[in-house]
Amino acid sequence: MGEKSSAKSGKGFGIFVTFCAMFLFWLLLSGMLDAIHVGAGIICSAIIAFVSHDLLVTQKWDKMLRKSGKFIIYVVWELWQILLANFDVAYRVLHPKMPIDPSIIEFDTSLRSDLAIVTLANSITLTPGTITINIDQEKGRFQVHAIAQKPADALLVDKTMQQKVAKVFMEE
Amino acid sequence: MVELIETILLAVVVLSLAAGVFFMLAGAIGLLRLPDFYTRLHATGKCDTLGEVLIIFGLLLYHIYYYSPGAELSVQLVPVKLLFLICFIFFANPTATHAIMKAAYNTGVKPWKKGDRRM
Repeated sequence: MGEKSSAKSGKGFGIFVTFCAMFLFWLLLSGMLDAIHVGAGIICSAIIAFVSHDLLVTQKWDKMLRKSGKFIIYVVWELWQILLANFDVAYRVLHPKMPIDPSIIEFDTSLRSDLAIVTLANSITLTPGTITINIDQEKGRFQVHAIAQKPADALLVDKTMQQKVAKVFMEE
Repeated sequence: MVELIETILLAVVVLSLAAGVFFMLAGAIGLLRLPDFYTRLHATGKCDTLGEVLIIFGLLLYHIYYYSPGAELSVQLVPVKLLFLICFIFFANPTATHAIMKAAYNTGVKPWKKGDRRM
């Protein structure tokens, strides 16, 4: 009985959070505060929150909050990596001899959840010299195109990025 | 003091616009110079992301300083929309790059190796 009621309140909480997020998004995008626009926003947000709240709120609230804190730290590090990546590409492209040595590499990770794999794949694409080609989700196997030997080694030997992503999405 | 702040702000705006244009240019040069499909995607996929984001960031700062004070709410909200645009680019650009890469790999486009002739 107690478990059932707590699950029910969790669902209501999920709908409420989704509704607030959607309605805030509506207000920011529309910028008009008269009755018609706000009323249409409330109706639309309510419908969306009711139908698809389980897509936004998938876990316990405190767990998600802790994860998003770690995720923001990771994003800051990632932004720095993107800057490095762009200087790297600009250097390779503008250098008269074009120092490139492309290869396709494969490696395995312990990541399994959708969000963790998407984060790692997009991070690989955005960081210096590597782009994700294929992912086998069941085995956690990544196939990556590297533009030179050094970025390939960063993924195969150092594994800094895999560790950072694993730390953010660590399952308890 | 106000003048100093304005100068610094304008310098940041000009710097981010210039850096954005530089990276877009590097991406375009890479598209022309690099030897094959995959390496070209390296140039466009990375440089376009940061180039676009830097340009939008410059516009955002400029808008906040010159248009926002005393304007209507809908005008004041423009920087928020630009911020959403930046977030969207950060998600969509690598995903699209990855999708093109995967499609090319699955249809059997051969990757260029060091020492091959240019395709």
